[in-house]
Amino acid sequence: MRKVAIYGKGGIGKSTTTQNTVAALAEMGKKVMVVGCDPKADSTRLLLGGLAQKTVLDTLREEGDEVILEDVLRPGYSGTRCTESGGPEPGVGCAGRGIITSINLLEQLGAYEEDLDYVFYDVLGDVVCGGFAMPMREGKAQEIYIVCSGEMMAMYAANNISKGIVKFAQAGGVRLGGIICNSRKVDNELEMITEFARLLGTQMIHFVPRDNDVQRAEINRKTVIEWRPNVPQADEYRTLARAIDQNQLFVIPKPLEMETLEKLLIDFGLAECMDAAPPVPATGAAKAGAIA
Amino acid sequence: MSRDPRDVKEELIQIYPKKLRQKRSEQIVITEHREDGSVPEIKSNVRSSPGIITQRGCTYAGCKGVIFGPTRDILNLVHGPIGCSFYAWLTRRNQTRTPTDGDANFMNYCLSTDMQEENIVFGGEKKLKAAVKEAFDLFHPKAIAIFSTCPVGLIGDDVHAVAREMSAELGINIFGLSCEGYRGVSQSAGHHIANNGLFKHIIGLDETPHDDKFKINLLGEYNIGGDGFVLEELFKRCGIKQISTFSGNSTYDSMANSHTADLNLVMCHRSINYAAEMMEKKFGIPWMKVNFIGAEATAKTLRKIAQYFEDAELTERVEQVIAEDMAVVEITRSRVKARCQGKTAMLFVGGSRAHHYQMLFTEIGMKTLAAGYEFGHRDDYEGRSVLPGLKVDADSRNIEQIDPVPDPERYRARRSPDQIAKLEGLSEMEFRDYIGMMPQMDDDTLVIDDLSHHETERLLEIYKPDIFCAGIKEKYAVQKMGIPCKQLHSYDYGGPYAGFSGAINFFNDIDRMVNMKIWSHVTPPWNTPEPQREEVAAD
Repeated sequence: MRKVAIYGKGGIGKSTTTQNTVAALAEMGKKVMVVGCDPKADSTRLLLGGLAQKTVLDTLREEGDEVILEDVLRPGYSGTRCTESGGPEPGVGCAGRGIITSINLLEQLGAYEEDLDYVFYDVLGDVVCGGFAMPMREGKAQEIYIVCSGEMMAMYAANNISKGIVKFAQAGGVRLGGIICNSRKVDNELEMITEFARLLGTQMIHFVPRDNDVQRAEINRKTVIEWRPNVPQADEYRTLARAIDQNQLFVIPKPLEMETLEKLLIDFGLAECMDAAPPVPATGAAKAGAIA
Repeated sequence: MSRDPRDVKEELIQIYPKKLRQKRSEQIVITEHREDGSVPEIKSNVRSSPGIITQRGCTYAGCKGVIFGPTRDILNLVHGPIGCSFYAWLTRRNQTRTPTDGDANFMNYCLSTDMQEENIVFGGEKKLKAAVKEAFDLFHPKAIAIFSTCPVGLIGDDVHAVAREMSAELGINIFGLSCEGYRGVSQSAGHHIANNGLFKHIIGLDETPHDDKFKINLLGEYNIGGDGFVLEELFKRCGIKQISTFSGNSTYDSMANSHTADLNLVMCHRSINYAAEMMEKKFGIPWMKVNFIGAEATAKTLRKIAQYFEDAELTERVEQVIAEDMAVVEITRSRVKARCQGKTAMLFVGGSRAHHYQMLFTEIGMKTLAAGYEFGHRDDYEGRSVLPGLKVDADSRNIEQIDPVPDPERYRARRSPDQIAKLEGLSEMEFRDYIGMMPQMDDDTLVIDDLSHHETERLLEIYKPDIFCAGIKEKYAVQKMGIPCKQLHSYDYGGPYAGFSGAINFFNDIDRMVNMKIWSHVTPPWNTPEPQREEVAAD
């Protein structure tokens, strides 16, 4: 069983990319489980054809010790199995602890003992605390894919997530499998992310072009694969799924210094927008300012 | 035994890594009285180092356990998991006595929201509201205090908002305290937070006037083993009206009314000086540091009170009480002194106790070899004269520092600056001051802040004192080394030790402990010679 976690900046398209890729894997005959690790519980909507009725944490709250796997695991498109951790409403409690509780419960209930080919963790935004790093810990996901675009903050988040991977890679077996570029039609995006991935010591595993069919499928609560199996975008996700399935390159990433990241952006298309003298952050304070 | 304390200091710290050795060397000083009146500087109120077994407790322990715990009719509700809440059940032997059986006394209860994982993930505010409501329905208290434990601060439950909402709903005084265990380097932070809580939410709420002439509050007295009862009786005999105590045997109403007093007496400087300062600034009540531990100290304190009120009748009554009681104390004191003269003691406890109890030992001829506080600050060691130069570090800065202004209606300076100046001209009359522990100790004595377990063992091996005074965490480790240990947090099973009658109890208890030979007769199993042990095994 391969355990895969998808990380990336909030709003970059992690859930959409994950579900379309999972749908493609399922189409290939793979048995896949998706664990949504976002308190909003919207990581399996496209596979289930609607929001999951009850999350793991909701169920745990209501049923107490009586929870069985069937209560929290639902069949989705083409034999996929879907579950959502769930969590508190914004501004209360501890969503991170919720992820930890929920993954532990799934393990205890034997969710991972099924005859699965893949488990996908779809994790909320950045690695803000221990809870959101849970899927990276020993015995959880072994391979991470970061969804990214050519926008600076998406690359910045990807770089930060790489730092998290380094920390857990040293203690356990987690590795970076590649960068998935979910295109925002930024200038020179393909070249820039290819170079960004190379600098991180990994690969751009696939360049997913921007296509409105994704939005059309989403409004129908479906993945593109299910909604229009023959459109070009469906093939893009199939290509990505195959690339992941055949992937052999698993690395401990080498996160970039802020200066390197900025230089990358300048080199790949922003040079003409620069003021006369490119600001080269020299001091710690300037560096912190740039990050903020 | 007459080793140079400088050598002993080196021996205590030599095992530590370099950085820790440096830090500890600043926390262990040898007393000396310099010509300019100063004493050596001691590093204190700093973080305990990893790897050290410390005596200290947490912020929640200081807030809930020390300050609010001993008040009998405030319902203390702990918001947190049940483990912390066990300590909501007072284990310090704070006593209380209701006037009638019908009066509220919640001290035997321990109330907790018993947070579960679900409350951590989804937030605990709903459970807290339900707990407040349930507690109100069961007990109908006048006030409920909510104490935040560590996880509450981590997940960001707004206990203050819950308190406001429930207060409006139930019509009683409900307030929250953000006393999460990690908020300070020791329980000392919790004392400060509790002082702020008392000041903001209770003191000054009840304006009931009193006709009595000599009205005082006793601050920093927690009625361990009945100390407070002894002092209440003493004040009564002298004709002094005790409005409230912070907080042994106290009630919510008495605290709410405490701003009507004319003098605040501060016993435990560390835990309560903040409230004394704030009350003076807002209401004009002067405060002075007093000590009722030791017969001589008690007499001195009573005389200071009489001097403050400048009343011939009061002075006469005080002198009469002192004469009567000192005569009784003297019988026991001289008998015990003959048996204890020259024996030695070490005191590592509290933020004032290690100072106060030296007086009692001195009265029976015992010498203090070493002393220190668990959670004292520099002013507790060196005196408040160091305060202006004290730098506030990051650990203390996250605790609210209230600087009240005079209350426009209720501020009334009980004594004019001239009167205060005149009083301060008298011997040992000082206001808003504390001389500290070190100036009252002999030269060449070890003073150690935040004593570690390693240092405890080495000290005991080197000096073999006749008695070691600390708390429950140290007690049995010390006694395993053949040295009796007196708990000065809980008094073991003894007390009261305050005032004149308390001194008699203390002398008798110490006599029993230091002159009992049991410890030298016991051979522990690990010291039994090898062959004998085999014999025992063969049986």
